Amino acid sequence: MTLSARRVKSAGMSIETEETTGALIARLAAARRGQRGALLPLLHDIQHELGRVDREAVAAVAAELNLSRAEVHGVVSFYHDFRDRPAGRHLVQYCRAESCQSRGGAAIEAALAERLAVAMGETRGDGQVTLEPVYCLGLCAIGPNALVDGAPVARIDGEAAIERIAATVAA
Amino acid sequence: MTRVYISRDMASVALGSDALAEAFERAGCTVVRTGSRGLFAIEPLVEVETAEGRIGYGPAGPEDVAAILAGSHPSRLGPIEALPFFARQQRFTFARCGIVDPLDLAACDWRGLRAARAMAPQAVIDAVKASGLRGRGGAGFPTAIKWQTVCDARADEKFIVCNADEGDSGTFADRMLMEGDPFCLIEGMAIAGQAVGADHGYIYIRSEYPFAVETMRRAIALAEPAIAPFTLEVRVGAGAYVCGEETALLDSIEGKRGQVRAKPPLPAIQGLFGKPTVINNVLSLAAIPFILSEGAEAYAAVGFGRSRGTMPVQIAGNVKHGGLFEVGFGITLGELVNEIGGGTATGRPVRAVQVGGPLGAYMPPSMFHLPFDYEAFAAAGGLIGHAGITVFDDSVDMAKMARFAMAFCAVESCGKCTPCRIGSTRGVETIDRIIAGGRGGEAVEAMPQMRNAKAQGRSVEQEIGLLRDLCDTMKYGSLCALGGFTPYPVLSALDHFPEDFGGASALTEAAE
Ligand SMILES: Cc1cc2nc3c(=O)[nH]c(=O)nc-3n(C[C@H](O)[C@H](O)[C@H](O)COP(=O)(O)O)c2cc1C
Ligand code: FES
Repeated sequence: MTLSARRVKSAGMSIETEETTGALIARLAAARRGQRGALLPLLHDIQHELGRVDREAVAAVAAELNLSRAEVHGVVSFYHDFRDRPAGRHLVQYCRAESCQSRGGAAIEAALAERLAVAMGETRGDGQVTLEPVYCLGLCAIGPNALVDGAPVARIDGEAAIERIAATVAA
Repeated sequence: MTRVYISRDMASVALGSDALAEAFERAGCTVVRTGSRGLFAIEPLVEVETAEGRIGYGPAGPEDVAAILAGSHPSRLGPIEALPFFARQQRFTFARCGIVDPLDLAACDWRGLRAARAMAPQAVIDAVKASGLRGRGGAGFPTAIKWQTVCDARADEKFIVCNADEGDSGTFADRMLMEGDPFCLIEGMAIAGQAVGADHGYIYIRSEYPFAVETMRRAIALAEPAIAPFTLEVRVGAGAYVCGEETALLDSIEGKRGQVRAKPPLPAIQGLFGKPTVINNVLSLAAIPFILSEGAEAYAAVGFGRSRGTMPVQIAGNVKHGGLFEVGFGITLGELVNEIGGGTATGRPVRAVQVGGPLGAYMPPSMFHLPFDYEAFAAAGGLIGHAGITVFDDSVDMAKMARFAMAFCAVESCGKCTPCRIGSTRGVETIDRIIAGGRGGEAVEAMPQMRNAKAQGRSVEQEIGLLRDLCDTMKYGSLCALGGFTPYPVLSALDHFPEDFGGASALTEAAE
């Protein structure tokens, strides 16, 4: 499950101390050598390992794949999934799309943001939690929905559900 | 040992099916994890194998295990197939979903693939043509014509690409099929490969579907011998809605920004890596095994007008009995929303439904007589799209929904064409001014240097006129259906619910 793994790694960050970013990316790129259209899978690998795809990573990828930094930056910045800073220790991805809205999603979003003390799209000052919008998780008849550290949570319809998320995020 | 069946579909897990499965394991049962049956109001659901067949209980929690095993629990539903929600369905594509272990190879007989491989490629394409199958990803384009073009193209290499980007809110059928019966999709893709002469396929799945990615990867590994020499791999998206557009999707697989390509050339002639490529939605490809194993006539026998076969309709949003309902075309929108869906979950009146995702029109209950049919919906100014229906009750503010449609387009635009990239942002601003009751004159515009600026503000009616103009530009000037169809939700909200926009159009309706 890429989403949760990504978060765990971003919290641990152990890899970085053992291996420079350049060496890590060289290793990941080598594993994808020969694969056609390897850039997107490689970027996923990097974010999975490092919790982010920052400038340093962009430069290393460009060197590995013989692309210009501008080309790699263009791709990285196009996709909403890639972040240039690691997320908080916990990641709450809250659905904002129409079906969840029809079930009171906007009011719940406001209450959730207040309870977690973080604005939508932001990481809390203490680095404990990031709250991010997603547009549909394919759970549209049981919303409002979210992925909390990669695990799907449905029927976030009131205080009790919000408290459960707050408890997960506090750990 | 008692055998029980519990779904591990992402929706079921979100509702607590993992804890239920663990509780049955602790009670000494053999737990088979399946896909979802597709009715979320009865989930978490457990089906207990008995001498009289499988007996369902739901919704159920870990505390109910003993009573369920004793057969005395009040949530007893009996055989699931007999519930009205299921008895009315025609499950061609989703026949195995929710019943079998998705990764149990023995549950899949590959009859469709074996039939196809015993036929000439042209005969396979002819069968698909005779079935009347049209693309389930949105446009409703005849699948056989696409395949024929790729078949006839000469190239050293061809590809089958499955579009599993399913970004539309209110849709989840692709996800459910990939999680509940991945071999069905794999078989459909292998048949497509046989028909057009392609050896390799890609399944492009959005990153918001981690369960589907995992299940598809494991299923592909298991199915390798059955589909050889055809090979498959999964590619994962990265959170861009526009990558569901077929040419943007191809660029994304190639490792580029997911920007829309100008057509021609068609992907069928110059698609992935410049090679002839079949690109089809999950549901289009998953309909293929049935057509080959049961015959094109069996598939074409159900349906309505030029919409043949079944559609896995997704009933979503503020609805009592939401879920997946596979049925022949021709059922009316009202039957789906009120009879099968049971009306709103909140119990308030239905005010609007959006059919076809964020690019689909909002329809009031006065349109509920419409039959589910590509042509009927198009004639009424809507689209079926991927057949998701999002239900809203009377608390919805349609001006806000229109604004959301423009804002979504602005966030997701690939940026290649101006009407979509800029128009959507201007659309948000214009709707904001409509909501604010028009636009006052601004100090800057009153300055003597601004000779050509209008010093007066604009009324709501004038702003609405501007919005309609803008929608016209987006509709006819955009490169793809993202900018081209965003006007549908906007204008349908404006036309059917003018009272939410204030101003003259509301007044004229009140006067009628
Ligand atoms: C903005 C946009 C998003 C789309 N998203 C999807 C999608 O998520 N899944 C899909 O199958 N088709 C999607 N489509 C339609 C595809 O471009 C294409 O028509 C479809 O994949 C063809 O397959 P089919 O013939 O089997 O329907 C989208 C189109 C647009 C313009
Ligand atoms: S709209 Fe929120 S899960 Fe689909």
